Amino acid sequence: MNGRDALLAEVRQALGRQKGQAPPPPPPPRIVIPELSLPQRLALFRSRLEELGGKVLEVPTLAAARQAVAELLDGPAVASNSLVLAKAGIPSLPRVVSGLRDAAALREACRNAAYGITSADFALAETGTLVLMASAQEDRLVSLLPPVHIAVVPVSRLLSGLDELYNRKAKPAEETSAMILITGPSRSADIEMILVRGVHGPRLVQVIFVDEDVE
Amino acid sequence: MIISAERKQSIERAVADPKLQLAVYSATARLKQKRVEAVSPAELPDYQQLRECAHQLKKHALENLDYYLEQFEANVLAHGGKVIFAQTGKQVGEFIATLAKQRGVSLLVKSKSMTTEEIHLNEALEREKLEAVETDLGEYILQLAHERPFHIVAPAVHKTRHDVADILSQKLGVQREEVPEHQAMIARRTLREKFLAAGIGISGANFLVADSGAVVLVENEGNARLCVSAPPIHVAVAGIEKIIPRAQDLPVFLKLLARSGTGQRLTVYTSFLSGPRRAAEVDGPSEFYVVLMNNGRTKLLADSSKRESLFCIRCGACLNACPVYRKIGGHNYPWAYSGPIGAIITPQYQGLSQDPWLPYASSLCGACAEVCPVKIDIPRILLELRHEVTREERRQGKNGLERFAFRAYSWVMRKPKLYAAAGRAAALGARLPGMLSLGPARLWASQRETPKPAAASFRQLWRQRQAGRLP
Repeated sequence: MNGRDALLAEVRQALGRQKGQAPPPPPPPRIVIPELSLPQRLALFRSRLEELGGKVLEVPTLAAARQAVAELLDGPAVASNSLVLAKAGIPSLPRVVSGLRDAAALREACRNAAYGITSADFALAETGTLVLMASAQEDRLVSLLPPVHIAVVPVSRLLSGLDELYNRKAKPAEETSAMILITGPSRSADIEMILVRGVHGPRLVQVIFVDEDVE
Repeated sequence: MIISAERKQSIERAVADPKLQLAVYSATARLKQKRVEAVSPAELPDYQQLRECAHQLKKHALENLDYYLEQFEANVLAHGGKVIFAQTGKQVGEFIATLAKQRGVSLLVKSKSMTTEEIHLNEALEREKLEAVETDLGEYILQLAHERPFHIVAPAVHKTRHDVADILSQKLGVQREEVPEHQAMIARRTLREKFLAAGIGISGANFLVADSGAVVLVENEGNARLCVSAPPIHVAVAGIEKIIPRAQDLPVFLKLLARSGTGQRLTVYTSFLSGPRRAAEVDGPSEFYVVLMNNGRTKLLADSSKRESLFCIRCGACLNACPVYRKIGGHNYPWAYSGPIGAIITPQYQGLSQDPWLPYASSLCGACAEVCPVKIDIPRILLELRHEVTREERRQGKNGLERFAFRAYSWVMRKPKLYAAAGRAAALGARLPGMLSLGPARLWASQRETPKPAAASFRQLWRQRQAGRLP
């Protein structure tokens, strides 16, 4: 018997179960989605993220989002391959590197960038959270290595919270190898419980909600 | 006494250390208060329902664990990852060391994981001449200082900024820096290079999601994200009890975990990781392994009365709530897991004969059970373990005096007149100076304030009241 079968046999013996025995049905999933209007979701998201030291801007159009990003940048930036960013024309801003498809080049660009710019698949009002699913459009490092993370997000993607997210994405693994929830800037209180931001990830998260859809 | 002289001295030192007492007391007080706010009815109206739901989900998953482990494995494989089953901690170390050698890797980065603390993974890798670097700020400081975590979620809570300044300047040869923010930036710079150079990233797992084959990690610093994103290989090490059935069960657990641990609504980062990077994805590891470890868990699983010890999601709330943990601190618990949860799981994993005092390191006040987000009945399990200790002592013919005293007590309690007489005698005796410096009473009184007997006993008051002399 190999290690796998031995371990599983031990588990079955401990539980008094037979190989291949189906379990009774699990308790039903507890998904409770609160009803929040868009203005309520926006206000909630803003207060939650600001409480954590993040910032929120609301702009009417993709063109206005481009302008807002341009005003924020004062150093080298790397932008993800997100369709939202492309439609907004953000990759063509000065000092923005984008369109990287090679992991090594991407890593090098992220390492040297002062800003990482992404979109997000969803945002969650109740916790001030951004949801990024790794894909051809969103990689893993742009939102992680540079000290400032800017996310340009169509406001239609703002959900109420975790329950609504997992209601829509009951099986995230079918679409991506990594679904990352980002709730405010990186932080630690490991030394004397004193809050420090930007320990390993960004010290600032700036969200720009756009009232314009891309699809 | 069942506690070793060495352990006793070490506890006495901790209790007499004002710096340590202040550090632990203030940190746990703060975490306690933040938890109370985060689970208050105004903030989380369905807190009690969530707890019950989490309890039922854990119960179901563990009662059918073999089924969910197989389902988890099939889903990891379907997404291009691999699952390794390890019976012991040693096998985990061997697997990682062999993998590192096969891939020509000498530097590994690690995110915080109690499971790897449990099996001393770093030491095992060190023996194989591999460099495994802890990257959580607190864990990194402790690794430099060669210490083990003091607290499940706040590992370096016993260190002051001055201690940290000493450690960083001595071990890294950097300028002495007293401000925590600057200290954190030293760690950021040093560790950033390690992340980008490492060949393997090791993580634990807060949850294993059976229907997705996913490892879920929660953290605040971003070091776990870096561990699982920058190196070409990700190895997650998890106890088999970490399984939950579905991705849709995560909201319940995520809402409880951060609120109970640190009082946050959600930790800064929650990573749902299922396999190596997919074809279209730009970055991420190209190899993904999950090591499912037993290391004694099936022993706990087989004991249905104490099985719920395995429900623990490692939030640390019971440590902050525990009057004993707050006095004696994390390092006086013999294993990686401290506090009330450590007191119930350590004897079950390692056998009661090693540290039979652990189930007694509790006032049975019930604070741990009250704050537990998955409703583990820790006081009941402590009592069961005490029962096992005394049964074993009886078998060995130990503690005869104590057994005699309890038998005498039980005999007196069943005879009202004798009880009244004994009560009067005891009250009289306790008023005599020096009575509590005798025999077993001295030990008891050495750590406590001696209660003064009331002027009149309850029975006397009751008689007076029945006679209409009291309202």
